Amino acid sequence: MSRLRFTIPIALFALLVVVLAIGIKESPDKDLIPSPLIGKPAPTFSLPSLTAPGQRVSSAQLRGHWYLFNVWGTWCVSCREEHSMLLRIHATGVIPLIGLDWKDERSDALSFLQAEGDPYQSIAVDRDGSEAIMWGVYGAPETFLVNPEGIVVYKYIGPITERAWQDQILPRLPLSETPAAAGSS
Amino acid sequence: MRAPSGALLALLAALLASALLGAPRAYAIAPTQMPTPQLEARYLALIQGFRCMQCQDESLADSPVDLAADMRRQIREMLLAGKTDEQIRDFMVSRYGYFILFKPPFVLKTAWLWLAPGVLLAIGVIGALTVIRKRAALAPTDPTDNDLTDA
Repeated sequence: MSRLRFTIPIALFALLVVVLAIGIKESPDKDLIPSPLIGKPAPTFSLPSLTAPGQRVSSAQLRGHWYLFNVWGTWCVSCREEHSMLLRIHATGVIPLIGLDWKDERSDALSFLQAEGDPYQSIAVDRDGSEAIMWGVYGAPETFLVNPEGIVVYKYIGPITERAWQDQILPRLPLSETPAAAGSS
Repeated sequence: MRAPSGALLALLAALLASALLGAPRAYAIAPTQMPTPQLEARYLALIQGFRCMQCQDESLADSPVDLAADMRRQIREMLLAGKTDEQIRDFMVSRYGYFILFKPPFVLKTAWLWLAPGVLLAIGVIGALTVIRKRAALAPTDPTDNDLTDA
């Protein structure tokens, strides 16, 4: 009985330590809410193209290819920060970038791309923000890695960094998509 | 004097009317124009149950941000299209996760959240009962009670 007198408080204290440790460990991620779309089919869409008037950008066209679906807007400061990294990704030729111009003015978007360079293979326009909801977007930039079967493999929240590209995105791609083999497509 | 005061009265009336009618438009919830009171009630209940993903401690009903307005519009459209509350909740959860619900559902992942208070209460009750029983068992051997127990 006297042994329990010590073990119970120690066990309770240990439990408290574990609970608080989980709280501390998880709390910085409060802003990064894991996407339930990972491992699930990406939303299907068919939206007007920003850069090619009269044409549409659709998920059907993208079937059979890996692509990065990047949600951005010229009003979004972090997206401007991210832009140089997107240009570098584009330059590697590893994977096409598909943009979703989220709640933006067409003229703003076009002049921004003209001034800063256009890293995108195509850009879909989400004028009223309903497409972003389909993808569970809650802040730009957000980037989804989609595989040839149309499954969302990974989501990156915030401006893509060189490190995220090297450590998170590239390793998820098959070897055939590495820079050496990418020139063909 | 008559004419100006009449104009003043009209101006005051207009100001009052705009204050009464216009003021609600300043709130986060835009006028909804749901066709029936039933739909309106369901709409209000739904938007109070979803978290605004940008300002995470506010509901969609309270949040003034753009995204919340877009999500309210989405919910409105789904209601008008005849979707059930359940379908709308599933739609949101499948895109934003359980985090979007202010009241988390009882699933494996959240079971501890619901069960922990009961378990802790049970531990407390068992602990308290054990101590009380022990005290009760000890009582007869209390030196002050010696006379009574021996007799």
